[in-house]
Amino acid sequence: MANLKELRGRINSVKSTRKITQAMKMVAAAKLRRAQQQAEAARPYAERMARMLASLGQAVAGNPDAPKLLVGTGADKVHLLVVVTGDRGLAGPFNTNVGRFARSRIRELEAEGKTVKVLAVGRKGATYLKREFASRLIGEISYQGKKRIGFEDASEVAARVTAMLEAGEFDVCTLIYNRFRSVISQVPSAQQLIPAELPAAKAEEASQPGAWYEYEPDEATILAQILPKNLAIQVYRALLENAAGFFGSQMNAMDSATRNAGEMINKLTLTYNRTRQANITKELIEIISGAEAI
Amino acid sequence: MSATFDLELVSPEKLLLSRPVEMAIIPAAEGEMGVLPGMAPMIVALKGGVIRVQEKGTITERLFVLGGFAEITPGRVTVLADEATPVGALSRAAATARVKEAEAAYAAAATSATAEEREAAMDRLLAAREMALAAEAA
Repeated sequence: MANLKELRGRINSVKSTRKITQAMKMVAAAKLRRAQQQAEAARPYAERMARMLASLGQAVAGNPDAPKLLVGTGADKVHLLVVVTGDRGLAGPFNTNVGRFARSRIRELEAEGKTVKVLAVGRKGATYLKREFASRLIGEISYQGKKRIGFEDASEVAARVTAMLEAGEFDVCTLIYNRFRSVISQVPSAQQLIPAELPAAKAEEASQPGAWYEYEPDEATILAQILPKNLAIQVYRALLENAAGFFGSQMNAMDSATRNAGEMINKLTLTYNRTRQANITKELIEIISGAEAI
Repeated sequence: MSATFDLELVSPEKLLLSRPVEMAIIPAAEGEMGVLPGMAPMIVALKGGVIRVQEKGTITERLFVLGGFAEITPGRVTVLADEATPVGALSRAAATARVKEAEAAYAAAATSATAEEREAAMDRLLAAREMALAAEAA
């Protein structure tokens, strides 16, 4: 049986662990609220962008020199996966889930004989994939130490992807991230960025008289400007969902850690008390039997 | 003058304005345009400049936008700006800093870059100057 001093030490250390996880849970909850607000604020822009793009897409559909960002290179050989994860751990299965999803995706694509390149956004994803796919990893972007993700960060990622496309370094680009379904549920999902999946124009908008727009300067110029923006907003949305999901997941992980610590403390306290009583009983017996012997 | 249309101004980070207005002046890439209710549908690119909202003949709101697009339909105008700030919130110091930066970038681009890059640098410089002007006026 463990001695009393050792038990006391363990109880204290679990207690301080519980304090830490509890604090982390609170912090994650506060950050989650902010991240959710930010994601909500970005939504109107993304919605309107989708609407505009739908009508533009109709105007240029079938045009042979439509921009590459919209229709891709026409080939399907080299795939670029942009894997978005958190920068830090202690968030339950959050990062591993995306990592595992990405890994099975890479295996699948390679089994089909395609070349895969990976751009890791977030430190954890990079370390996860480095173990197995170091040769496919072409870049790593981390937002560690950053208070909040801005649109510029997403634009940077988008610019990098666009530059690679221009240089002909890939044919198809897919974004892999944790979709934020609710605070307790994040679903790893893939979204194709290039060739762009055009949101279908809503039927009522299309049938509305005057659904045909005039363009100034002209369709091609506007499309050339709007597509990179669309790419950036998709990445932005993924980053925000990732951030919100990360904090949600961290909050849950820390909540269960706190609960586990509580259970542990109860168990240890019980053992401590039992040992203490056993010791007292033992001493009493010794004293009594000593007194009887005299 | 009671006819109105819905004006929405959104930037990637938030929804800045969404309400019915009587007239808006939008800095389109090929010149400023006044938008009234019932305009023919258009999609226009924007340059850096100030969106002015006009009601009952007076300007009630000024917002600085930096690039983006506007979708105009008879009953609704949606402005998707890369960056948008109410003119009152612009800081003169930040605007001046931006002009300096853009000037430096333009000077650098003038010697080495391709015509396209030069043009992009020029656009940025003009937008920054617009911003400084708007900040000055506020």
